[in-house]
Amino acid sequence: MLRAERISFRYSPNRPWILRGFSLAIAPGERVGLYGPSGCGKTTFGRILAGYLQPLGGNVELDGEPLPKKSYCPVQMIFQHPELAINPRWTIGKALYEAYQPPPSLLEALSLDPHWFERFPHELSNGELQRIAVARVLDPRTRYLIADEITTMLDANTQAQLWQVLLDVAAQRRLGMLVISHDRPLLERVCTRIVDWALEAH
Amino acid sequence: MLEVRSLSIHFHRYTRGLRRTVLTPVVDLYLKVSAGEVVAVVGSSGSGKSLLAHTVLGLLPSNAKVEGEIWFKGELLTPERQALARGRQIALIPQSVSFLDPLMRVGAQVRRAAQLSGKNRHSAAAQRAIFQRYQLPLEVERWYPFQLSGGMARRTLVSMAVVGEAELILADEPTPGLHPEVVRETLNHLRQLADEGRGVVLITHDIQAALQVADQIAVFYAGTTVEIAPVTAFSGKGEGLLHPYTQALWRSLPQNEFIPLPGMQPPPQDLPQGCLFAPRCPLATAECTAERPTMRAIAQNQVRCIHAQG
Repeated sequence: MLRAERISFRYSPNRPWILRGFSLAIAPGERVGLYGPSGCGKTTFGRILAGYLQPLGGNVELDGEPLPKKSYCPVQMIFQHPELAINPRWTIGKALYEAYQPPPSLLEALSLDPHWFERFPHELSNGELQRIAVARVLDPRTRYLIADEITTMLDANTQAQLWQVLLDVAAQRRLGMLVISHDRPLLERVCTRIVDWALEAH
Repeated sequence: MLEVRSLSIHFHRYTRGLRRTVLTPVVDLYLKVSAGEVVAVVGSSGSGKSLLAHTVLGLLPSNAKVEGEIWFKGELLTPERQALARGRQIALIPQSVSFLDPLMRVGAQVRRAAQLSGKNRHSAAAQRAIFQRYQLPLEVERWYPFQLSGGMARRTLVSMAVVGEAELILADEPTPGLHPEVVRETLNHLRQLADEGRGVVLITHDIQAALQVADQIAVFYAGTTVEIAPVTAFSGKGEGLLHPYTQALWRSLPQNEFIPLPGMQPPPQDLPQGCLFAPRCPLATAECTAERPTMRAIAQNQVRCIHAQG
């Protein structure tokens, strides 16, 4: 169980609170949709859950323990802008193989072309980069995924392809997911429950 | 207003040493936009959507070779006419808010756009009027781009495009990742511009956004127009759609069946001989792989498929 307990956060003392006492729990195999207007703190919350940001109040616990600081974090995040999430000075292959060796079956399911691996991120389209970003977080040690608007930049067909792979893997490994999106029909399609930020966060 | 006829674009690229490859990202493209109309161009990335906008504006790099014709207001659009029309009669709403100059106050940027489009003496008045129209408070003109919210930055970009008298607006992916309210607002602005008698091309991969404001939807695949259909055809199970790719795209939406079509768009250096969609098409026959189909008018649609029936 990934549990965020009464999280509060703001970026500096003279800026308004973005999160005040927000709680959410995600069980293994559960896919929770987070829906809300832009600028309301959805991404900030995702970053706190994945351990990129420390909350000012409250805590994040994975099976009752804090997130590990020195070993692989079982909570991984996929970002909205893959072109900003991959080191521009690393080749695609280096970024992809940084943490583990993705199995060939996964590369095939995501239609990743091995020719890309010697290229640099700026040579690929955002859709191609996002598929690389998905492959590299599906390390077997990953147990929870935070998917932050991961398909808004894709056309409908590529979006459906990417989600089919992700849903397959999530079902096989009973991954817990937080799916952040503005796209209500998408959330209704992929999630097991939806949290409406406007109703619950304040 | 704008008609693009059998447009093809080839890029010559040196790979290793002096070995040259030819990329053909746009093949026999067709598009027509009338005054007062919003035509949405939808397709996946790499389908030639943005290249179309760049070609109309004459912004392609020097290694590009363009075939076909572009007609603007009844005249052939030559490079000389493009240079004159760009920013004056034809305006671009760019894809990213990073197109704003980060070191220049936004009011000054809009005024500069107004000056370039011929409103020399009244640029300040024009800028204030356009800010008022798009509900940007007066003090915003003294702000820098980083101080704007996403929606305000969008409105500034729209202001810059329409502060002149542009008759044709090319909007290149103006809505990705925005909240539905901001999307609706941006799209409503485009609709208003069309209702004033301008022609609007809305380039997007978001079919739902296109459905909200467009009159017609042109579907691009691998650099060609596979179908142009009225917005009303995109409903129900897609019975009004005639091309198998358009139907597959419609079915893959999350609110429909969410079933993707397997496979990938062919790469621009390796296009199939016949129909560009044949390698993924469930209806493909030997005829399809032999020759590229032409655009045909069936009912209210125009479709590039030999199997399509009204």
